[in-house]
Amino acid sequence: MNRPLLKALLTAALLIGMGASLGAFADAAGALDGVNKKAIGMFFVFVVISLGITWWAAGRTKSTSDFYTAGGQISGFQNGLAITGDWCSSAALMGIAALIYTTGFDGLIYSVVPFGAWPLMMFLLADRLRNLGKFTIADIVSLRMARVPIRSLIASAGLAFVVGYLIVQMVGAGTLISNLFGLQYEIAQVIIGVLIIVYVAFGGMIATTYVQLIKAVLLLSGATFITVAVLAKFGFSIDGLYQAAVANHPTKEAVMQPGGLLPDPINAISCGVMLLFGGAAMPHVLMRFFTVPDAKEARRSVAWAATFIGYFYVLTFFIGYGAVVFVMKDPHFLDANGVIRGGANMAAIHLAEAMGGDILLGFISAVAFATIVAVVAGLTIAGASAISHDLYANILRHGKASDAEVVKVSRYAAIGLGALGVILGIAFKEQNIAYLIVLPFTISSTVFFPVLFLAMYWRRLTTSGIVAGGWIGLASAVVMLVVGPTIWKDILGNPAPLFPYKYPALFSMTISFATMIVVSLLDRSERGRKEVAAFEDQFVRSQTGLGAEGATQH
Amino acid sequence: MRHLYERIDRDPRFHALARRRSLLGWGLSGAVLVAYYAFILAIAFAPQHLARQLHDDTVLTVGIAAGLGVIALSIALTGLYVWRANRSFDRLNAEIVSDATRDAEDPHAA
Repeated sequence: MNRPLLKALLTAALLIGMGASLGAFADAAGALDGVNKKAIGMFFVFVVISLGITWWAAGRTKSTSDFYTAGGQISGFQNGLAITGDWCSSAALMGIAALIYTTGFDGLIYSVVPFGAWPLMMFLLADRLRNLGKFTIADIVSLRMARVPIRSLIASAGLAFVVGYLIVQMVGAGTLISNLFGLQYEIAQVIIGVLIIVYVAFGGMIATTYVQLIKAVLLLSGATFITVAVLAKFGFSIDGLYQAAVANHPTKEAVMQPGGLLPDPINAISCGVMLLFGGAAMPHVLMRFFTVPDAKEARRSVAWAATFIGYFYVLTFFIGYGAVVFVMKDPHFLDANGVIRGGANMAAIHLAEAMGGDILLGFISAVAFATIVAVVAGLTIAGASAISHDLYANILRHGKASDAEVVKVSRYAAIGLGALGVILGIAFKEQNIAYLIVLPFTISSTVFFPVLFLAMYWRRLTTSGIVAGGWIGLASAVVMLVVGPTIWKDILGNPAPLFPYKYPALFSMTISFATMIVVSLLDRSERGRKEVAAFEDQFVRSQTGLGAEGATQH
Repeated sequence: MRHLYERIDRDPRFHALARRRSLLGWGLSGAVLVAYYAFILAIAFAPQHLARQLHDDTVLTVGIAAGLGVIALSIALTGLYVWRANRSFDRLNAEIVSDATRDAEDPHAA
């Protein structure tokens, strides 16, 4: 793709973006109240700034290293913020607030447990990942393993992960945006799709990083504003807030106590396995470790990310209960039947309006939109790298494709994934997609975590073990999800599920680990013997960073 | 690069550092997993303990405090690991690597 063409396309995209936003603006001005105008105006500012950054980034995105890892030149602090942007989807703000609004304490479980992935990522994965990695997590595993079978497995699982996560984000986005901005669902899908394609296809990892970084700053400041405003109403007495929540919530004291969200111990343990280990090995997050120069900056990234994300989760303790106090009994936020307007997912948004009027409402709405765009951009670049680097460059072209060819394929892959996201978002409109949230986390805990962990820690692992364990684990996870309570009973309408647990991760991860270990130990092949022998060199590199990609040459 | 890896692999300081690093990593991982599973299992098996009030004059429960405590512990332990790794571990690592590189360049050494 030559420069003038690229500039022309970017200009076109910018104009389309402006046109769409202005059109919506005019529409809002005519048909809707002033609130939406402010929200759209603020989102418009975000779009203009992010497209400006993309323009700048496009000029700096030439090689594959620029495209996938921003040339490895992002600082630990910047990367920590960008990771925060990647991690905190709109579910983190609106979903957790909605759960606390309806169930109280049980909603907090989703603030506390996923966070456990962060210390684990730091202690077990971060250093070694940065020292061994290049562009994708498949690079780490294929250092001493056979290229084609390893990349086929990891890229396939990666694409299933990305597509599942993408559908959840796109459907959530469409619903949210039609609520917030008064835009039609399908138009919202197309706007998100176009923005993502422009960010990722032209700006690659540099643009994606800055979009995520800006979004993280917006999200953290928005959540902080709301929290401070809520606490200020009680003279900054935390107990005062919770007392008011107990008085206001229909369940009274029970709003502060565990309820029935995790009914049986096996589901609870399995859900924990899924969130802790699955969360620690998500490809679009781990990919960000390769954007920093060395292991020291990778550790700093995780430390900053953990601080920001932990801080954000603490704020949800106040935002959720704030919504119970200020939204639940206010007729302005309720429909004729006394039910919250737009559903419980709007609890955080209504709270913003209650605390800061139109301005804060507009700001938080724009933040929610930016949040979705940034998360989808992160997923798209992870998917594009799986397609162009793992499947195209390493399998189809046996590692012989030129840098320019691979970058071109990456751009087309980003365009394809963006379009696919729009199509799937429209196809899954108004469907029950609860099971799709479990799918990516289950894949991550069943395939990515065991493969990465054993490849970096266990000498005896061989390609045969990974391939057998990865595919059997993945198949078992999908089967258990399909015949489990959510799909088999609730969606397909069968009287009873064939597999009793909502969360199969405990079982599928065990199957995956056990198969990898047993098959590796039984592997007597010459290839397996060489892979075991190659562990020493890999171990020294993983510990010292000597020979790592982008590291200073000694 | 291979001869450097072999040289480092023969350095007892390298293995001592790798052991210290893994001891810290596994120790902290164990602490985090215990904290999270204690939280998850308490919700599943003994919710009544988390439902108790912290003291008589508050509506705050043990569960809320435990949740905040687990998040705070995670941030603190993550910080501790980075502090140890970015200071003493990285210094030792740099010494080991530079010694191995120097020896490899000097034909009379080793």
